Amino acid sequence: MIDRLLARLPHGSRAFAWTGILIGLLAFWVALPPLKIREPVVPAAIGLIAIALGVWAITQGVKRLGWGAIVIGLLGIGLGVLATRSSVAHLDQVVVWSALTAAMLRYATPLAFAAMGGIFSERSGVVNIGLEGMMLSGAFFGILGADKLGSWPLGLLCAAAAGAGFALIHAFFAIHLRADQIVGGTAINFLALGLTGYLFIDVYGGEGTPPDISDIPDVHLSFLESWYFIGPVLGQLNLMIWLAFLTIVATWLVLFKTPIGLRIRAVGEHPRAADTVGISVYKTRYVAVMLSGILAALGGAYLSIGFVNSFNQNMTVGRGFIALAAVIFGNWRPWGAAAAVFLFGFSSALAQRLPAYSESAAVLFQALPYVLTLIAVAGVIGRSIPPASVGRPYQKQ
Amino acid sequence: MSEPGAPTPPEGGGKVENPRTGGDYAPSVARRYALAQRAGGIVVPLLTVILAFLIGGVVVFATTGSNPISTYKAIFEGAGLNWFVEIGSYELRLPFTDIHVPFPWNVDDIESTAAFNLQQTLINFVPLVLTGLAVGFAFRCGLFNIGGQGQYLAGAVIAVWVGSELPGLPGLVHILAAVVAGALVGALWAGIAGFLKAKVGTHEVISTIMLNWIAIWVGVFLFGLGGPLQNDTQPFVPVSNDILDESKLGILWGDPVLQALHVGFFVALAALVVYWIALNRTTLGYEVRAVGYSPEAARYGGISVARNYFLAMAISGLFAGLAGAIDIVGWAYRINTNDVMISSQIAFVGIAVALLGRNKAIGIGLSALLFASLVTGTSTRNLDPEIFRPELASNLTLLIQGLVVLFVGADVLILSLLGLRRRRRRAAAEAVSE
Repeated sequence: MIDRLLARLPHGSRAFAWTGILIGLLAFWVALPPLKIREPVVPAAIGLIAIALGVWAITQGVKRLGWGAIVIGLLGIGLGVLATRSSVAHLDQVVVWSALTAAMLRYATPLAFAAMGGIFSERSGVVNIGLEGMMLSGAFFGILGADKLGSWPLGLLCAAAAGAGFALIHAFFAIHLRADQIVGGTAINFLALGLTGYLFIDVYGGEGTPPDISDIPDVHLSFLESWYFIGPVLGQLNLMIWLAFLTIVATWLVLFKTPIGLRIRAVGEHPRAADTVGISVYKTRYVAVMLSGILAALGGAYLSIGFVNSFNQNMTVGRGFIALAAVIFGNWRPWGAAAAVFLFGFSSALAQRLPAYSESAAVLFQALPYVLTLIAVAGVIGRSIPPASVGRPYQKQ
Repeated sequence: MSEPGAPTPPEGGGKVENPRTGGDYAPSVARRYALAQRAGGIVVPLLTVILAFLIGGVVVFATTGSNPISTYKAIFEGAGLNWFVEIGSYELRLPFTDIHVPFPWNVDDIESTAAFNLQQTLINFVPLVLTGLAVGFAFRCGLFNIGGQGQYLAGAVIAVWVGSELPGLPGLVHILAAVVAGALVGALWAGIAGFLKAKVGTHEVISTIMLNWIAIWVGVFLFGLGGPLQNDTQPFVPVSNDILDESKLGILWGDPVLQALHVGFFVALAALVVYWIALNRTTLGYEVRAVGYSPEAARYGGISVARNYFLAMAISGLFAGLAGAIDIVGWAYRINTNDVMISSQIAFVGIAVALLGRNKAIGIGLSALLFASLVTGTSTRNLDPEIFRPELASNLTLLIQGLVVLFVGADVLILSLLGLRRRRRRAAAEAVSE
């Protein structure tokens, strides 16, 4: 087991490039709490090591990673020197690693659910830009169910049903009617926005959702409390955050370790071949799309009854699209998408704390996930290869 | 997206006359094919709209118990369309001249509710036509430009900046500078997606979604508190400076103290003509459509697919950027962070406009009018709250919009239903003849 893991680690020049990337990050890190080195020379020197490693890797033919190390090294120098110039009080206020990590998990959770859903759908060959709408429907019907039926598990159930319902519409139009999947997804987004907004006003009116709605509980792990760093991060997380971890692992297991996953991937890569060996393309795609709707809706329900405990019109504000970005960023793989989700979650968590420095710069920071994704799809960081038949309707013969 | 519905291929080519039923209605296969395509072209959008309004009516009745017909009537009046009902003998002064011509409607009436509402509808008509053309032009090249919002914003931001700076420029030059700069930046913003599509094959839907959100956050940053373009005199309001008076467009119809219809209305109409000519009467349009029909065939015919992808996206962005710039110099005059997040979503309606209008100039014009009426007629300011709550109605608009997009996207559904009936009838006829 350990041998196999070691064998997957990068070798030779690639290892040097990766080391360069890590050292580049270190250049920034030393200037932050807890070390808080105040000499600008230190991050500059460490960053130069990273750049040197990157240059060496490039001369050895490892171009992309080498450039990565150089860029990270430059960023590490720039940000590290900046950090040494800023006041210690500010640094202590903004960079609290445990709080940042906990916030990262909170922001990443809705994205993680939706991104795993997106992977199921797109791996089966159906583009799902309706994730945003399915998430929004989950947020609304989750809180509606929890309010009217009186308990959060029923709220989650309602959310899942709503997500599945919207996904069914999308699936029917995309699979049976062979409509353009992107147009269909756009329609789902409009429909969900209109329907949830309409029902929200109709049911709750101007006052908004009541404050005493049954919400998803936190999981208290009191034995962790005294542990350094882990205690404050993991000691009191919402149940849905743990479920999000579980969902990521389960997505990987289902997609890559079970026959069902093999079928889903086959249908997304080469539906004709899958059909020939007796896999029902339509059925598999229906299941995958519905699953994606359920997962996206659960992510939305976490937003409304796990995170903020209220609902507002269009409260997802583009989170479904960030999840979609994470799917692409992660190259349609569960672990890759999970990494992207945590990166995006971290940038949101940081954006919440940056106003200590500058209100307006913190706003600009919100654009970061989108810029990163744009760079990723532009082919700068490796090429993103979608499933071969994604977006193509299949016609049975 | 295929052109008018990729109709079911005409069955029974070279059909022999059926001796029992007499001669065939359609004289030739080609004629019948063209008829089917035309019918699909007009009938499907009409059916789509009717179906969407029916479902919307059911929702209204089921949730509020109010009469859907009176609700739709209130929306109709909120859009000011009842203005057209009052016909008399009036005169219209031709714009830019002193010539008066007879006209059935009273344009001197600028104060009545109907006239005011109609002015609002036509104000909304302008960006809807332009963003509809933006989506449509990309569609004709086989691209889905979902980034109208970002391009619209880019145009609006630059127009605000140009319009509020550079004092001392003569009026017309200033307006032109703001509008042209807005359109060009819109083209640039969409051009990024076009370039990526052409160079590395990045799917334009993904890149334009990302560009939308980048534009939104950059806009909130620019005009938010402490932002570089935030108002100079009101440090605690997240709004831009007002554009200077000489960079405001002239008024066409209405009371300038309220919101009046501006000359940009003609820009929208002209854009429809330009769109038609560019697509149907120029080499560029021919190449764009060829790539849209089949990139492989176009490439085989010597057309550079990559170049056309880039150009189509840039021109598409030009229209959307123009929409944002015209809105600024025409009636908005300033932009706040709320506009950046919310009002710019009007560009999304452009998707529905283009799809319903089948990406054709005249269709886009008509469906822009429909959606402008819906958007205006359900706004808080225009809808009679005693008949239906405007907060509900604006969501009803979104719902109808979603249904329209859903059904138009699935014209295969309607066409195959039509085809199924035809096939059944033929099967029955053959059964009789045996």
